[in-house]
Amino acid sequence: MPRILAKETLAPDVVRFWIEAPAIAKKRRPGQFVIIRTDETGERIPLTIADADTARGAIALIVQGVGKSTHKLNRLEPGDTILDVAGPLGQPTHIEPGMRVCCVGGGIGTAVVYPIAAGVRAAAGRVAAIVGARTKDLIILEREMAAVAEPCIITTDDGSHGRKGLVTEALRMLFAEGYEFDEVVAVGPLPMMQAVCAVTRPLGVKTIVSLNPIMVDGTGMCGGCRVTIGGEQKFVCVDGPEFDGHQVDFAEVAARLRAYREDEATAMDRYRAELAAPQR
Amino acid sequence: MAKKIGQKTKTPMPHVDPGVRRHSFGEVATGYSVELARQEAARCIECKNMPCVAGCPVEIDIPAFVRQVAAGDFDGAFQTLSAKNLLPAVCGRVCPQEDQCEKVCTLGVRFEPVAIGRLERFVADYAALMHLSDTAAPAAPSGRKVAIVGSGPAGLTAAADLAKLGHSVTIFEALHKAGGVLMYGIPEFRLPKTIVQGEIEKLTGLGVDIKTNHVIGRTFTIDELFSELGFDALFIGTGAGLPHFPSIPGVNLIGVFSANEYLTRSNLMKAYRFPEHDTPIVRGKNVAVIGGGNTAMDSVRTALRLGAEHAYLIYRRSRDEMPARAEEVEHAEEEGVEIVLLAAPTELLGNEKSRVRAMRCVRMALGEPDQSGRRSPVPIAGSEFEIAVDTVVFAVGQGANPLIRSTTPDLPVTKWGYIVADPETGATQKPGVFAGGDIVTGGATVISAMGAGRRAARAIDAYLHRLPAGGHAAADAFIST
Ligand SMILES: Cc1cc2nc3c(=O)[nH]c(=O)nc-3n(C[C@H](O)[C@H](O)[C@H](O)COP(=O)(O)OP(=O)(O)OC[C@H]3O[C@@H](n4cnc5c(N)ncnc54)[C@H](O)[C@@H]3O)c2cc1C
Ligand code: SF4
Ligand code: FES
Repeated sequence: MPRILAKETLAPDVVRFWIEAPAIAKKRRPGQFVIIRTDETGERIPLTIADADTARGAIALIVQGVGKSTHKLNRLEPGDTILDVAGPLGQPTHIEPGMRVCCVGGGIGTAVVYPIAAGVRAAAGRVAAIVGARTKDLIILEREMAAVAEPCIITTDDGSHGRKGLVTEALRMLFAEGYEFDEVVAVGPLPMMQAVCAVTRPLGVKTIVSLNPIMVDGTGMCGGCRVTIGGEQKFVCVDGPEFDGHQVDFAEVAARLRAYREDEATAMDRYRAELAAPQR
Repeated sequence: MAKKIGQKTKTPMPHVDPGVRRHSFGEVATGYSVELARQEAARCIECKNMPCVAGCPVEIDIPAFVRQVAAGDFDGAFQTLSAKNLLPAVCGRVCPQEDQCEKVCTLGVRFEPVAIGRLERFVADYAALMHLSDTAAPAAPSGRKVAIVGSGPAGLTAAADLAKLGHSVTIFEALHKAGGVLMYGIPEFRLPKTIVQGEIEKLTGLGVDIKTNHVIGRTFTIDELFSELGFDALFIGTGAGLPHFPSIPGVNLIGVFSANEYLTRSNLMKAYRFPEHDTPIVRGKNVAVIGGGNTAMDSVRTALRLGAEHAYLIYRRSRDEMPARAEEVEHAEEEGVEIVLLAAPTELLGNEKSRVRAMRCVRMALGEPDQSGRRSPVPIAGSEFEIAVDTVVFAVGQGANPLIRSTTPDLPVTKWGYIVADPETGATQKPGVFAGGDIVTGGATVISAMGAGRRAARAIDAYLHRLPAGGHAAADAFIST
């Protein structure tokens, strides 16, 4: 069973784990993810492979505690094991040697954008990065991003760190300053990805977004992760997770993400109550 | 000389009352007692030409095991079954006997056939209860390594046979539990999961190594199984697990599922026990399941158990064309499933939250027979009608998953993506690679997948004996020089 080798907190409720998974560490490429299950009654949840260390045979996962499953995961400590880890899943990012890319990360989406930025850099490409969040505490991977991107612009909604404002404003600024990109890669909350696409569409700049629908198997067997791309049905777990942002039906993705909202709340409430109850 | 005819109808198998079971995931049929089994087995007239044996896709010596049951020699009956069938407890429950052994049973010409399936189930359950095991001794270790991709009935059978022949066998399964459709597809009330796991433990007992969470094509490619992991031969039994959705408006609304997703949530992830188990499922009040096969029956009966007030089964042909096992259709109706024949959906309608609220359908008439020999349905103009629904499940067939073919360019597939393999040996056109089960035939049956696994195991064994001393690596080097 895969063991947790290290754990560090990156932001409130955001944790980076290093997990022993040699075969996946060796095989994974930027853009791919794993499906994990913490215990026998747990859900299968998809998590982006945020980094890999082939020497140690480990992969990094960055987890934001949003529901019961991610909170359960975030309570695990080094030395604990995770019941199931399967991957690497999905299509790797399409990276061409020497390409010029602007990587835009919003909130936890930075964890998805970082391995892509690192991959582009490793392929002798040029990376500009925009890392945004609501406030200073929620900015993650600033140092890692700055090591592979130039410039690396930080934005916060409240101005507590970096530029005050949205990532789209920083992106507009880069275009205004004459930066040219072969691609923009944007990952974050759906409205943010949609807003980035709105900026790049009139400029005709290809824009890649990474989608995170509800998944079950992650192998193309259930169809629960289906989305509409340019009018065609695609399965995010095998055809994605990255798609041409200008072709994505964002409204549909957003609606489908809400499918189990009430159940998720029930599960979370019960879990909180269980934690609060005195240990027997 | 054949025996005289006694009781003319099958000895009924006890069932949980429909009113109770429609709310329960417990098994519907509770199985024969020792007395009932012996009573039923005594019906076999031991006819001379024994058509049942040829009717069985794996040629179980049916008259022999039935005679042993009649005589009370259940251990002997189990050994007779085990000689041909790795998963009797599964097959006794899910095989379409009415199309196989029981269809051709001599007694069935004038009366009801011997209840061969029920007897098979009885013997397997008895053996499990008494911890009987297959006594055939495995062969000496051959030193050859075989990888099995996929742990459905095809992969499990190939693995067991190869292990008994002395080869070292590793199964790679993408999901976190082995068993394929037996685990994720067929529900608890028809095939208890402890029974499936019991059958799988037999494999571990034979020394088969089962690696779950290994997605071939991703974790390792087919070529890497040879080059990096050093396997000498491979069997691919990955099933037909790619769900199809019809091209009608509204299929991506919330509350619309493939049967695979609906059943996987409920069976593999145990969503019927949410919130004790973390995976949720939509508990619809008005559920429509589209299709007429076993998958559709399993879905619609699951919907009832999840609390549906109306569970509709919408099928575009008539009852005669339904591919589901007759017993399942009967059970579904007893439990209160509302079957709507000769109708098909044309559109799904959603509410302001993008949840499905209604389904528009059109009535069908049966036209000329199609390639499958079944009469094809033709829409009747102006016959549209609407049903209020909050959950829709499509069980309208499946296809081949692209993960392996897209990462193995030299493995020929049909235009539908199924692997091209010799039906007798399972050999593909890629040296050392064999395939069988649904990934070759398209969605079929448990027993046909097992038959394919068994034939492939025999061919793989012969192939391994032909390999030069260094195994596949040496053969490869030989070919490329
Ligand atoms: C709901 C349902 C009910 C059914 N009811 C009946 C019935 O009553 N009677 C009957 O005879 N038949 C029934 N069938 C059909 C029967 O289950 C199948 O024909 C049979 O299971 C096929 O066996 P298989 O071994 O080819 O594949 P499967 O059982 O499909 O198993 C394939 C396995 O391979 C794994 N896999 C796939 N891709 C990969 C990969 N790339 N790497 C690793 N692993 C992989 C899958 O996860 C799966 O576990 C039913 C099918 C369904 C879906
Ligand atoms: S065909 Fe029927 S009657 Fe004849 S041997 Fe087989 S089970 Fe008995
Ligand atoms: S998660 Fe099941 S098909 Fe993608």
